[in-house]
Amino acid sequence: MLLSYLPILILVLLAAGFALATLFLSSALGPRRPSKDKLSTYECGIDPVGSARERFSVKFYLVAMLFIIFDIEIVFLYPWAVILNSLGLFGLVEMFFFLGILLIGLLYVWKKGGLEWTT
Amino acid sequence: MTQAFNMADLSTALPEVVLSLVAMVILMLDFIVPKGRRDWLGYLSVLGVLLTLMVLCRQWGATQSAFSGQYLIDPFALFFKILFLASGGLIILMSIGYLRGEGADSGEFYALILFATLGMMLMASAVDLLILYIGLETMSICIYVLAGFLKRERRSNEAALKYLLMGGFSSAIILYGIVMLYGLTGATGLKEIASTLTADTLSNPALILAMVMLAAGFGFKIAAVPFHMYIPDVYEGAPTPITALLAAASEIAGLVILLRVFLVAIPGLQDRWALLFYVLSLLTMTVGNVVAIAQSNIKRMLAYSSIAHIGYLLIGVVAGRELGISATLLYTVVYALMTLGAFAMVILLCVGEVKGERIDDFAGLAQRSPMAAAAMLILLLSLAGVPPTAGFVGKLYLFGAAIERGYILLALIAVVNSAISLFYYMKVAVAMYMRDLPPAGLALSPSRPLRVVLFVTVVGTLAIGIYPGPFLDLAKSSIAGLW
Repeated sequence: MLLSYLPILILVLLAAGFALATLFLSSALGPRRPSKDKLSTYECGIDPVGSARERFSVKFYLVAMLFIIFDIEIVFLYPWAVILNSLGLFGLVEMFFFLGILLIGLLYVWKKGGLEWTT
Repeated sequence: MTQAFNMADLSTALPEVVLSLVAMVILMLDFIVPKGRRDWLGYLSVLGVLLTLMVLCRQWGATQSAFSGQYLIDPFALFFKILFLASGGLIILMSIGYLRGEGADSGEFYALILFATLGMMLMASAVDLLILYIGLETMSICIYVLAGFLKRERRSNEAALKYLLMGGFSSAIILYGIVMLYGLTGATGLKEIASTLTADTLSNPALILAMVMLAAGFGFKIAAVPFHMYIPDVYEGAPTPITALLAAASEIAGLVILLRVFLVAIPGLQDRWALLFYVLSLLTMTVGNVVAIAQSNIKRMLAYSSIAHIGYLLIGVVAGRELGISATLLYTVVYALMTLGAFAMVILLCVGEVKGERIDDFAGLAQRSPMAAAAMLILLLSLAGVPPTAGFVGKLYLFGAAIERGYILLALIAVVNSAISLFYYMKVAVAMYMRDLPPAGLALSPSRPLRVVLFVTVVGTLAIGIYPGPFLDLAKSSIAGLW
């Protein structure tokens, strides 16, 4: 039974081997001309400022959590859209109920000031 | 393939739909109703609970499977749904005065209690491990927030954080168990799992591991020793109505899924899990009762006492079959009533600066308010299991079931434990009747809804104690067809 997984093992080995070989070859064969700019931290091309280990606003978490809710909404919407024809009217109405419940959540967050950055 | 959703399925879940609609309306009304007048959001929530109960009672005696066999309405589910709704309603009633006293009145609080109750109802009806888990998380996440509701109080913050961490941890353990069961059987439906397991697979060590994982995870949720470490801190720090919700409703919800999973999905392992729960039950009631003696804070004492009561409830699970399980069902009602009543008394004593949380706060209560002292005495006697209260009847059937099935030692230890518990319950009674009122004691002014809660719990405790017949019959008829 395990034998049937052999191709997968071979593929894993090949993939890992290719990645390792490329890394090794590029560092062994490539020219090396280090400079101050090249060795500094990459921050979208801007000169890095201060330490990366900083405290940052807890509001980022709030935004991330809200994002996840709507992210998951999309996850449910895609498969629903694909089989909408076979679900019929009931499926359509059902999904609007789902969206409505999430909308109530959004309204709640909005009214509570969860979307304000400065309070 | 049949259609995944249809109207008939939805109508079986109508009580849940009604309850969630009510909760959402309360949440939205919170913005319209000005602060200081949000009491009536509480009353509205209670009305919503009553409406849900009415819709629910139309399912009386019915057995129907819905949502591709993942959801089941049967007498067992109905029994617990009524219990959860009643507890939820009583907890909302006792919150109304409490929140006013803390200056934290808000519709969110009631909405979250309603959502937590919704989660419990899902758990009662779930016959699929995934639905069961969703119900569990719906309940738990609401209670994490509720435990930390008094944002300015450090103890409340601590309670919420501890409960969140331990809750997340235990959910992960339950998920591990679910994953293993699924891996072994290829099914998440409880009945399907049972039918896939044969004599060969029953002795599979991985299955035993899955069983232990589930028992440990549920053990956290129902606060069985040794998974109880967080309970006293959480119970002490959480707002008192939420402590009541945790003790009376959330632990019983945990017990419901424990019963469903172990009785329906892996009945073939009964020898093994009965032994497991034997040990858990023994540890839980002994540790709970012995540690409760040393407590001076009544919320902590009641926390340990609730741990001890979970130990008694597990005796019924060990004894198993009709006798044991029906005794467990009866005792959940008894336990919910007396626990709710005891926490309502703590709220009653919350006057001015006094939080009503120390046992010393009960000193001289008989002089201050003879009625309140008498009510507390009845509740304490019931908690200790003295006739003619419900606690006695409940324990009688539980211990009787254990003896009937040959677990004499377990029953004996349980009786010794009851005697130990009498000591610390009576400590409060002694404070009420034999110590003098401290000079600073203000007059008690219980709000009307709180009086209703006390009346219902005390009368219920006495009623089951004096005339247990119908309740026992109800418990017996509720487990018919569970297997």
